Amino acid sequence: MIKDITIGQYFPGRSPVHRLDPRVKILLALGYIVLLFIAQNAWGLALGVVLGFGAYVISQIPLVMILKSLKPVVPIIIFTAVLNMLFVDGEALWQWWIIKITREGIHTAVFMAVRIICLIAGTSLLTYTTSPIALTDGIERLMNPLKRFHFPVHELAMMMTIALRFIPTLIEETDKIMSAQKARGADLETGGLMQRARALIPILIPLFVSSFRRADELALAMECRCYRGGEGRTRMKQLHMGPGDFAACGIILACIAGVVALNLLLP
Amino acid sequence: MDTIMEATKVSFSYDEAPEAPLVLDDISLTVRQGEFLAVLGHNGSGKSTLAKHFNAILLPQKGRVVVGGMDTADEEKLYDIRQTVGMVFQNPDNQIVATIVEEDVAFALENMGVPPAEIRRRVDDALRSVGMYEYREHAPHQLSGGQKQRIAIAGIIAMRPRCIVLDEPTAMLDPRGRAEVMKTLRELNREHGITIALITHYMDEAAQCDRVVVVDRGKLLMDGLPREVFSRVEELKAVGLDVPQVTELMHSLRRAGLPVREDIITEEECAEELCRLLGKGGTA
Repeated sequence: MIKDITIGQYFPGRSPVHRLDPRVKILLALGYIVLLFIAQNAWGLALGVVLGFGAYVISQIPLVMILKSLKPVVPIIIFTAVLNMLFVDGEALWQWWIIKITREGIHTAVFMAVRIICLIAGTSLLTYTTSPIALTDGIERLMNPLKRFHFPVHELAMMMTIALRFIPTLIEETDKIMSAQKARGADLETGGLMQRARALIPILIPLFVSSFRRADELALAMECRCYRGGEGRTRMKQLHMGPGDFAACGIILACIAGVVALNLLLP
Repeated sequence: MDTIMEATKVSFSYDEAPEAPLVLDDISLTVRQGEFLAVLGHNGSGKSTLAKHFNAILLPQKGRVVVGGMDTADEEKLYDIRQTVGMVFQNPDNQIVATIVEEDVAFALENMGVPPAEIRRRVDDALRSVGMYEYREHAPHQLSGGQKQRIAIAGIIAMRPRCIVLDEPTAMLDPRGRAEVMKTLRELNREHGITIALITHYMDEAAQCDRVVVVDRGKLLMDGLPREVFSRVEELKAVGLDVPQVTELMHSLRRAGLPVREDIITEEECAEELCRLLGKGGTA
């Protein structure tokens, strides 16, 4: 049960989107967000929708996954849509007491909803097609220039790697502790919220204690393998920009230019 | 043969107070290049503490430890010492750093600043020499305990150390995992000439080594060939250690008045000796 939790929702694959350099993919996701926000009219936004949809098709990620990624933000989409519908001034279509729905309101509501949907779906594609380790690697290398300002880039990436490494181990351990406590008569499934929260204490404490012990041993093992921080470190896997990466960058830049042009031509 | 590790009159205590009990008490031990050594001892005998002295995790309070010609107290040589003597610990889960097997094996080399192409070659070599090459793209949590421990060993092998010290590497493994690890260690010792110092409390593992050292209460109690050490059954039992089952059997038979050899440590030898005994009985 608890083992079913997946981290980062990565779908392994060999599509052109999967094969992109993780650095490029992160930048593309940022570019896509920029594109969505500078689009001022329906045509620009439509371009964004087509681009996002196309990326999903190329990546061979099942389209159902778009819906799955949207699930947690449905309340936000509805909330903003309702607010926009009610509070944007303009030509009234329907009025009752002080509630007024305008043509402009509906237009803005739909526009914003589509924008949020594209935003979530587009950034989810990044985590669907990039393994957590590649993502960490990409982030580390992209933030590399920040080292000059004494920002602990390597340490941050190391912490993320170790966290990713130990999540399955700790989940397994939690399972074991839960079984052990159940065998001693612990009741984890019934009772009110407070009662259940209290029942978690005998699970969390052993988990914490063992995590500290693990951390201690891991630190020792890392020292034995000559770990001394990021200084002078090399990497086995080098990231290479291929023709696909340049093509993808070209497409997103062309689309952003297109949106700007549409903004100017069709006010 | 050259000396690879040498401890001379080493004393150590985890407590700084002068009257604190010594964990290592004036211990001296020399390990030669290419040896397959077992260090036996009961819990709390100081065997793990001794192991940690060999790659400068701990420094002796008295005496001196020299590894490949370098004094472990010399801080400038710290990383050279750790490359010369690699260390593998008990729990394989707590020594694997990366989320992919090959990345973990590369960890030490990345720390040492080895160029990428060379890392790739050494990682593949290391994975092949522990028989885990096909698993190079797996996540560690998908592997069995024995496989994880072999990955941990590969991570050390990749540094190309002259010696590996293993602190009870099989204590948390099932019998199959233990057999896998022991087979790997024997191969590394025989084919790559790597010195192995195996800290253990499994007698049957110690019986497979070239030399056995028994540590008790911080002192070196015995040092010799497995069959020499294990023939001292009463002394071993007095310090809370067992002997291999076959040795125990032979000892009991001898005590019962039967004329059997006592320096028997393998099942084959035992079977042979019993056949000889029974054969003699049959003809008489």
